[in-house]
Amino acid sequence: MEGKILTDKSLKIAIASGKGGTGKTLISTSMFYAIQEKYENSVLLDCDAEEPNSLLFFDASLKESLKVVQKVPVIDTDKCVYCGKCHDYCEYNAIFIIPPSRIIKVIEELCHGCGACSVACEYDAIIEKDTEVGRVNLFVTDNGMNLVEARMKSGVMSPVPVIKAAHKSTSDKDIVIMDSPPGTSCPFIQTVVEADYVILVTEPTPFGLSDLKQSVNTLKTMHKQYGVVINRAGLGDTKVYDYLKSENIELLAEIPFDKEIAILYSTGKIVAAHDDNLKALFMKIFESIYNSYGNSGNQR
Amino acid sequence: MEIAVISGKGGTGKSSISAAFASEHDKIVLADCDVDAANLYIIFEPEITEKSSFIGAQKAEIDYSKCTNCGTCIDYCRFDAIKFDNGKVVINEIFCDGCKLCSRICPENAISMIDNAENLLLSGNFRHGKMVYGRLAPGEENSGRLVNLVRDKAKKIAEQNNIETIIIDGPPGIGCPVISTITGVDHVVVVTEPSLSGMHDLKRTLELTNSFNLKTWVIINKFDLNSEFSDKIVEYCNHEGIDVLAKLPYDKQIVDAMVNCKSITEYLPDAEIVKIIKIALNKIINF
Repeated sequence: MEGKILTDKSLKIAIASGKGGTGKTLISTSMFYAIQEKYENSVLLDCDAEEPNSLLFFDASLKESLKVVQKVPVIDTDKCVYCGKCHDYCEYNAIFIIPPSRIIKVIEELCHGCGACSVACEYDAIIEKDTEVGRVNLFVTDNGMNLVEARMKSGVMSPVPVIKAAHKSTSDKDIVIMDSPPGTSCPFIQTVVEADYVILVTEPTPFGLSDLKQSVNTLKTMHKQYGVVINRAGLGDTKVYDYLKSENIELLAEIPFDKEIAILYSTGKIVAAHDDNLKALFMKIFESIYNSYGNSGNQR
Repeated sequence: MEIAVISGKGGTGKSSISAAFASEHDKIVLADCDVDAANLYIIFEPEITEKSSFIGAQKAEIDYSKCTNCGTCIDYCRFDAIKFDNGKVVINEIFCDGCKLCSRICPENAISMIDNAENLLLSGNFRHGKMVYGRLAPGEENSGRLVNLVRDKAKKIAEQNNIETIIIDGPPGIGCPVISTITGVDHVVVVTEPSLSGMHDLKRTLELTNSFNLKTWVIINKFDLNSEFSDKIVEYCNHEGIDVLAKLPYDKQIVDAMVNCKSITEYLPDAEIVKIIKIALNKIINF
């Protein structure tokens, strides 16, 4: 496309935060909007598979929907001798068995699809079926923006398989901006594990600080590079600044608390599309990360 | 009676509302089930009287003095957690799901399961009764299990102390920790905000609570930030037969209360928003 530059480096940035509602989606949609005009072969990837809502901000059409499946066991009660070995092998308590009453049941919601029960069974009584756990939806806008969302099916326990599949679907892209799920447990880990750099978004409140510390501790154990954006600056107190200073963590930017931004965002508008200053700010943050942490010798 | 306060979308004000609910009575059990990011202890500074730890999921570890690099484990692992790296079989701890299959099938018995990080379960007294919360070790997976432990402990404490109401502050999302938070509770309060994202996440959350057949109430927080979306949410709830329990105005004092380590009820007992919250809670309790 004309006007875009071919990237000589690849980079995956995850926008994350321990606390929900700090502005992850605002920043990821705006940063992607700012950079996609210039950088070819970029994508916005929404990894918040429990509540994906990045797509709400774009007028995009669905190009492809990939089904994500997990294997769950089906027990053939004609062959089953109720020995209980599959139950013993299952680390997730997903097989319920009362041998004297010849009762055996698979609790599909608890199954992680590891396949241990099939290996355990010596009587060929377990076959596996595919069950849908979610979708990876690929979208494109009229002007060629690539958007991908991981969307877990309601009632499913873990979004991890869908997040993994979403990562795979964007492996041909040079620039990936990821909107991460909140928290610091498995959905967060599965998202940031693929990132070259993590932007942690927080707000200057006691809750924001407490959750930021938790995120920082997790990223440290993962040996990830990261920096912090303080959103709604001006609200709350200054303890988060003291923390960043004492831990020597880079403050990438502050976004002031602004009712106009909140209103734009609440109506589903990409803030950077309406605010040139913020657009320039996100471009600047991206480029400084790109220059320092982009993977040169781009093989893709 | 267990009342769970959840929200699909994070940052809608769930914890501030739970804190306000908990301040309405002087005999309450407050269970913070947002084990990923437990926050209510910051406001209520409980005096911890009991602390226990439990080991989360296990991870596979290879004994290289036994491993012959045959790669059998790689073929069996469904989580892409084992790979050849420079001719050597290597386990990626982050991807390991702890299913133990590799350790069971290894022909050399070279793989054992080791304990992962420790999660904490804490309980004690706070100024409105008893409090229980969990702290998930960084990067830990078993958050649903920790939520169950927090709830079990809260129920036990309520019974021992003859306390009727348990307020549960839940995690965001709709996955395993949320399912564990709401399974079998008497009331679910979903806190939302009037935005396109808020509405989208509310629908996903209500889909979940519906499938669990739970008495569900909706609170629209900061409703005056976008009255058009507030009206849409009310309309949607009416259509779905879900009671809108309250509409709370945007109030900067909520943040000030938090900064001062107080719930809004404690910080500004006469505020309009506090009155609305009080009515809302009574409506649930008298339902």
